[in-house]
Amino acid sequence: MSEISLAQQKFLLNQKKHRQIVTISRLCIFLLFWGLWEGAAQLNLIDSFFFSSPSRVILCAYDMLLDHTLFTHIGVTLFETITSFILVTVLALVATIILWLNKKISETLEPYLVILNSLPKSALAPLLIVWFGANYNTIIITGISVAIFGSILSLYTSFQSVDAEKIKLVQTLGGKKYHILTKVVLPANIPALFAVMKVNIGLCLVGVIIGEFISSREGLGYLIIYGSQVFTCVHKQILYSVLL
Amino acid sequence: MEKIMEINHAGYSYHTMQGETPALYNINFTVHKGDFLAIVGPSGCGKSTLLSLLAGLIEPEHGSILLYGQKLFQKTGGTIGYMLQHDHLLEWRTIEKNVMLGLEIQNKLTPDAKEKVLNMLKTYGLYKFKDARPSQLSGGMRQRAALIRTLALEPEILLLDEPFSALDYQTRLTVGDDIGSIIKKEQKTAILVTHDLSEAVSLGSQVLVLSKRPATIKSVVDIAFPENISPLERRNSAEFKDYFNEIWKELNDDE
Repeated sequence: MSEISLAQQKFLLNQKKHRQIVTISRLCIFLLFWGLWEGAAQLNLIDSFFFSSPSRVILCAYDMLLDHTLFTHIGVTLFETITSFILVTVLALVATIILWLNKKISETLEPYLVILNSLPKSALAPLLIVWFGANYNTIIITGISVAIFGSILSLYTSFQSVDAEKIKLVQTLGGKKYHILTKVVLPANIPALFAVMKVNIGLCLVGVIIGEFISSREGLGYLIIYGSQVFTCVHKQILYSVLL
Repeated sequence: MEKIMEINHAGYSYHTMQGETPALYNINFTVHKGDFLAIVGPSGCGKSTLLSLLAGLIEPEHGSILLYGQKLFQKTGGTIGYMLQHDHLLEWRTIEKNVMLGLEIQNKLTPDAKEKVLNMLKTYGLYKFKDARPSQLSGGMRQRAALIRTLALEPEILLLDEPFSALDYQTRLTVGDDIGSIIKKEQKTAILVTHDLSEAVSLGSQVLVLSKRPATIKSVVDIAFPENISPLERRNSAEFKDYFNEIWKELNDDE
């Protein structure tokens, strides 16, 4: 190895310092938040009945851990979120491919997609429960309904922005629509698909929690509603759920 | 010499809601085996449209284009290779996978064909980059890879749409030289579209001069250089300037 020059050493040192400052600052904000909250609760600056405190949250979580309810609730919500996430991704991809294959279908449906996407889905959740009953499926459908139309719209947009010359290339090599799709359009859109998936996992969680708000006996959404109505271990549960 | 392609009174217009724009009008020429046709014309005259017609991507509205006496439209099936203006190598594929793209699409990826393409990569100095991504290659190397991708399907006719225009001048000369000699070596028939007159003269065996839009063939200039001299050597010969001037005059002569 050749010797590291003085300037390089200085650069490395600066970089290291920069990373350290960022890490320490992050940690400080984290500790400060919890510290201030706990301190304010202890000193009765805030009413810990309404605002809770970190120590009470931890105690509550510990209680729920002991009676095995914590993981059931987390598990149920996780299961519902992941199921609706996977379904949204698959359905959106299939729908986008159909729209892409047929210009008549896509032009016909475009205004409807925009309308469906701008519907307040959380307002629809009670209706969904009336239609499909109070069970897991309904909650999963709520999760799907929140994310699917936006996913289709944004995937379709990025499908269409594929370089026309690359499509021409496949045609010059004798390729048909199927080849354009599999050799160019799909691989070119993998980054877009991942971007949509990243947004969707959050949206699906929101949808599932809304569903659980309205009708369920398990899950984090249920905990939040239960907590706000019963006011027992309440606020802690609310905050714990929100923090998750 | 064997007649490969015949273009009879071909015409084409673009249609939009605003109206009709004629692009090509009454185009007639014949391509023989081993020809290197260069097509020049003022910019925007419909050169690329002509290539799309010759590639069978679009159908002429008037007249006909015959390949071995058969109507040509959407059944090029590897007989016509089209090299686009940019290399359009797909970034998510390695160079090897990129040059195999045509074979893959046509379901012709036999071990034999694969071997042949790998040999081409060796001959043209890309073999050690076969696992590299396109972005790791220089502009000239990418263009060579694009040519190999086109040649992999063993086309009878090669269509080149200003394949060097995206390169800087120096690379352009060497790649032009490269590609000229590759085409000669593989004994291909080629049609080159360009707006660079010196490129047309240095590569072509015949230069077709197109008029302004709607384009029609204004004149045909036969280029005769001694056999086996490279495009670069052509540029240095005495006749080069005469051909250049003749085509220049044809191009700018508005009757």
